Amino acid sequence: MIEVKNLTKRYGDFVAVRDVSFNAAQGSILGFLGPNGAGKTTTMRIITGFMPATSGTVLVDGLDIFTQSLEARRRIGYLPESPPLYSDMRVAAYLRFVAKLRGMRRSEVDDAVERVLKICGLADMAQRICGQLSKGYRQRVGLAQAIIHNPPVLVLDEPTIGLDPRQIHEIRGLIHSLRGQHTIVLSTHILPEVSQICDRVVIINAGRVVLEESLGSLAAGKSLEDIFLEAISKEEGHEPAEDEETLEEVGAGHG
Amino acid sequence: MRNALTIAGKELSSYFVQPVAYVVLTVFVLLAGWFFFALLKQFTEMVQVYTAMSSAQALGHLNLNSRVIEPLLHNMSVVMVILVPAITMRAFAEEKRAGTYEFLLTAPIRTGEIVAGKFIAASVFILIMVALIWIFPIILMVFGDPEVGVMGAGYVALALLGVCFVAIGLFTSSLTQNQIIAAISCLGILLLLYVISWPLQAGGGMFGDLLRYLSLPEHFGQMVRGVIDTSDLVYFCTMIFVALFLTQRSVESARWR
Repeated sequence: MIEVKNLTKRYGDFVAVRDVSFNAAQGSILGFLGPNGAGKTTTMRIITGFMPATSGTVLVDGLDIFTQSLEARRRIGYLPESPPLYSDMRVAAYLRFVAKLRGMRRSEVDDAVERVLKICGLADMAQRICGQLSKGYRQRVGLAQAIIHNPPVLVLDEPTIGLDPRQIHEIRGLIHSLRGQHTIVLSTHILPEVSQICDRVVIINAGRVVLEESLGSLAAGKSLEDIFLEAISKEEGHEPAEDEETLEEVGAGHG
Repeated sequence: MRNALTIAGKELSSYFVQPVAYVVLTVFVLLAGWFFFALLKQFTEMVQVYTAMSSAQALGHLNLNSRVIEPLLHNMSVVMVILVPAITMRAFAEEKRAGTYEFLLTAPIRTGEIVAGKFIAASVFILIMVALIWIFPIILMVFGDPEVGVMGAGYVALALLGVCFVAIGLFTSSLTQNQIIAAISCLGILLLLYVISWPLQAGGGMFGDLLRYLSLPEHFGQMVRGVIDTSDLVYFCTMIFVALFLTQRSVESARWR
């Protein structure tokens, strides 16, 4: 469903993404994993057509995101790193606006808004102003706008960042419930998230793919943390101790 | 086109849920009222003086169009130079800052539709501004006998001028994510177009002709006097088209960086 081939992105001399390739099969959830600054957001921005790659191609449902951009973009729902909300709009009005721009017919719009409000637990928030929502609700509205046109492909950039443990649990449950109908690419640096909801994991470090594996076939007995640390330290020759420290911080921060 | 209208509708309603629109409209109408009052006062005083001198010839030269409406519209055009950047500065700069730009550019719509939508919304806002100060011609029509056609031409000129400013404002907003920079650079361009012919006196050769052609008051002044010339219409339409084209390229360029 999503085929990423030899993607490279340079900013001047800096190479943000280097020769990245991976596939996501239809109906699967792919966890896109890596430390901060590894190139996750850049890769997702290229997949969604926000920016072009320096070289390489992305096919979404067989459509090239550069040459058949409009058609390809129609099939994608995208939640960027910060939810793209208009702070002066009410939630329902915002979702209606998004649905229309994503090409839904006028008659379908109201039903779609009802549906995502219910799915994302926003039914009571429909008339609230986006700018006054808490972080957790902003994230839910962000997710609602991504799925409103029922796209075959969902690209979610760190959907659980900055949420409290209960909200993280809810959002994960929500993503889990979307399995099957949608092909989902989800970036994160929270390891338990991947082992809980993903079918397949791609680990990226310093712009390179260092591991691509389905979760089931990962060596039994080894935790994802060990695998992650091994993969990224092999690549950079890091002191393992240093990485463990950062991981603990991450673990403490996000429960 | 449908997408452009969807964006225009959203933009327009977002003008009116924020205080900016009301502040701009209030300032615009308040200043217009003050200018109108001042000009009308001068006019009646002059009429009194000439009547006292019983100079029928001088009285014949006084008319509401050239003594009240024409200077009023010139003043309002300068007010627009200052207010329009405040209306358009958010257009793209705010989207970039808030992260909604990522949504707009990944939605299945063309960049031209985004630009068109924002242009339509801001232009409608300009039309509302200009329509509000049509109250003064109505007052004159009730108590006097001005030429309606000439006033109409002047108001069309003011609207066209405002729409032209909007196109330039959208362009500067598309270049930055900082609203202040967008507003100031727009103000700079508009003022420059206002004074661009100042170095010239009478002659000037090719360069002089070019500067005079670019000069806003040159074209605006003609129309306000009631002369709607094709060359002036072409001037305004060209400015609008060029500015919108540059805006579209500037938005599109985000995809190439």
